[in-house]
Amino acid sequence: MFDFLIQGFGVALSPLNLGLAFLGALLGTLFGALPGIGPINGIAILMPLAYTLGLPAESALILLAGVYTGAEYGGRMSSILLNVPGDAGAVMTTLDGHPLAKKGLAGPALGLSAVSSFVGATIAILGLTLFAPLLAEVAVMFGPAEFFALMVFAFASMSVMMGKDPIKTAIGAVLGVMVAMVGVDSGTGVLRYTFGMAELYDGIDFVVMIIGLFAISEILLMLEHANRSDADEGMPPLGRVMVSVKELLFCKWAMLRSALIGFIVGVLPGTGASVAGAVAYTTEKRLSDKGNTFGTGDMRGLAAPEAANNAAAAGSFVPMLTLGIPGSGTTAVLLGALMLYNITPGPMMFTERPEVAGGLIASLYIGNIVLLALNLPLAGVFARVLTIPRWVLVPGIAILAFVGVYQLHSDLTAIYLMLIIGIVGYLLRKLGFSLAPVILGYVLGGLMEDNLRRALSISGGDLGILWQSGISLGLWIAAALLLTLPWLLPKLLSGKATDKA
Amino acid sequence: MKFNKALCYWPALLALGGTLLAGTAQAQSGATECIAPAKPGGGYDLTCRLAANGLQETDLIDKPMMVSYMPGGIGAVAYNHVNGVRKDDPNLIVAASTGAAVNLALGKFGQYDADEVRWLGALGADYGAIVVKADAPWQNLEELMTDLQTDPGEIVFGAGGTVGSQDWMKAALTAKAADISPRDLRYVAFEGGGESLAALLGNHIQVFTGDLSELSSQLESGKVRVLAALSEERLEGPYADIPTAAEQGYDVQWPIWRGYYMGPEVSDEAYQAWVDKLKTLSEKEKFAELREARGLFPMARFGDDFDGYVKDQVAQFKQLAEEVGLTQ
Repeated sequence: MFDFLIQGFGVALSPLNLGLAFLGALLGTLFGALPGIGPINGIAILMPLAYTLGLPAESALILLAGVYTGAEYGGRMSSILLNVPGDAGAVMTTLDGHPLAKKGLAGPALGLSAVSSFVGATIAILGLTLFAPLLAEVAVMFGPAEFFALMVFAFASMSVMMGKDPIKTAIGAVLGVMVAMVGVDSGTGVLRYTFGMAELYDGIDFVVMIIGLFAISEILLMLEHANRSDADEGMPPLGRVMVSVKELLFCKWAMLRSALIGFIVGVLPGTGASVAGAVAYTTEKRLSDKGNTFGTGDMRGLAAPEAANNAAAAGSFVPMLTLGIPGSGTTAVLLGALMLYNITPGPMMFTERPEVAGGLIASLYIGNIVLLALNLPLAGVFARVLTIPRWVLVPGIAILAFVGVYQLHSDLTAIYLMLIIGIVGYLLRKLGFSLAPVILGYVLGGLMEDNLRRALSISGGDLGILWQSGISLGLWIAAALLLTLPWLLPKLLSGKATDKA
Repeated sequence: MKFNKALCYWPALLALGGTLLAGTAQAQSGATECIAPAKPGGGYDLTCRLAANGLQETDLIDKPMMVSYMPGGIGAVAYNHVNGVRKDDPNLIVAASTGAAVNLALGKFGQYDADEVRWLGALGADYGAIVVKADAPWQNLEELMTDLQTDPGEIVFGAGGTVGSQDWMKAALTAKAADISPRDLRYVAFEGGGESLAALLGNHIQVFTGDLSELSSQLESGKVRVLAALSEERLEGPYADIPTAAEQGYDVQWPIWRGYYMGPEVSDEAYQAWVDKLKTLSEKEKFAELREARGLFPMARFGDDFDGYVKDQVAQFKQLAEEVGLTQ
């Protein structure tokens, strides 16, 4: 049954395709590292090029898949080094990645995230190879009601992030949800919070949101510190550059668990790397954050989202290859690429065009190894970004932010929006808010509302649909346990303890 | 360690690279340009590339046509841009489709309506389709319509657009053809055709009003059944076995044309030159290949013919929207 894979490796290991996998991985890392250019744009830019160059279908797909997986690797770099997520999947990476860099551990952090990415992607590709057709059947069982329950579960698991200031976390999440409301209402087509501005009809774009919230507010913070004579330069000298085996082993469970979570979330159509990172991070924090070190530079808090977002990228190939349904925005663009070559993805692809299906999967294995080989040794080099003086770094980030947003929209409104969001982000940070709940509220809140509305239009307004299926019931129970256990468990345990005494 | 030193300055290098990439967009002022009023990778991108690649490969233009993206407002931002800023640019065409006509009808393009631009022509079309799961009880459109008439609340329609969008229009028109008020229709709006298909396969919705070209892989694998193609006549190739709605006695047609418009103050000569260019292109054999590779069916309407076609369509959608109370 794995004939297609053997044939696939034959295809992927040809010199041309190997070179393309390498090129794709390299370009993808670059696209991912640049704020504003994510995997979708990278693929959309390269797709016409691959087609015009007359590359055969499998070669084009290998190049584009390399870009996709490479971008998930690249997104973490600016997250760790600059506290600015390079793409959607890398938002949670900032939480522990950047504090690590501040501790002088930028090199090990980059190394660790490369290994986590590798582990996440490898597990997901294995899952893809072994269980793809089976998983596809399960994935379609997730309807609007199940997605709504999943989002409730995600919000419930977010409660661990409440930390020392639950009210600020809640306010942040609500702000995020409010931003997600802007635009054409998905159910009825009514315009909400658009103030008559056509630019707001499509809602506030993810890229504008993360670049504003993270990059612009970061620049403002840097500027504020630059004017203080007593400002500490912030960054300690670079310590060692390689991640140690001990550190890797310390994170092994975090990586494995998160890879699994990421893969499952990736397989579901409609949720992608950003949701995967969020669920993996919050789960890991709940499971292993005994000393309350998450958010202050805990290695596991970095390994979890990185393993998850790469696993999700590979996972989103499952519905695309088996059902012809894109699992994420990026695979939707890849699907378009396949159509240009007159290939229709679906179960038939494995029998009719095994060189394409097998070649793609084989190239994911190879690309992943290439990426690890590329990223581990370069960790030290990239970490040196931190030694760049502020007067170069701040304008540099500013240029990247402005160019990134402008190339996406060719429109000044997006730039103004980015600046407004940036100033709000800066004020929030000055007031002691964490930005993660804001971005999670924005991502999850939008999905949650859409799916609730869909579920209710299916049932004609009957709320019962929300817990009718086994899947959603399970998720509701899990969410309820998440919320009540931390409060109940100590009481039960202490009750037992007193019984014994 | 010269190499390392150079890498230290990567943000600067990257910034430069990025600026150059964006800069090329502004530099070639003499060349032709097509604005895709969306993000890269979608249907408008495809529409622009169809013209760009076609004109280039058939040598109808000497410099490559530039494709630029102007997302925002489901196409309204680009429409306003052409009406406000580049009213008379003879080198600029903008991609449009049936979806734009629907939005114009609903007044979502702000103060402008369909008379504000010069409609140029359409190079291809896709067609709507009424799709059910392969194991669904309905073998043809009539069976579905009969069940729908007895209990419209039991059959859930879904597609990749909001109420009022072109995806919804397909469902609404189908319902109307069976004398059911579109207001009684149970309709779920998903994000794109892919999600709707997943919902269909997972039994969350019963009927998907999609587009034929996005169904080709599902047809081959036998997971879905297309009850009707919303085309004027029976299509060819892999779609030859699918009856049209009209054949089954329901007058529903839904061509999704892919075409272009120009600014309102473009000179008649420039407009006519483009009409001729597109007309010539549509007759080339090479172009047919390009069109088919993008899953599009032939459609050739240009100049005044196309202009009238779009305006009639907008008027028709306006009427429908008023009937179901979508416009205030």
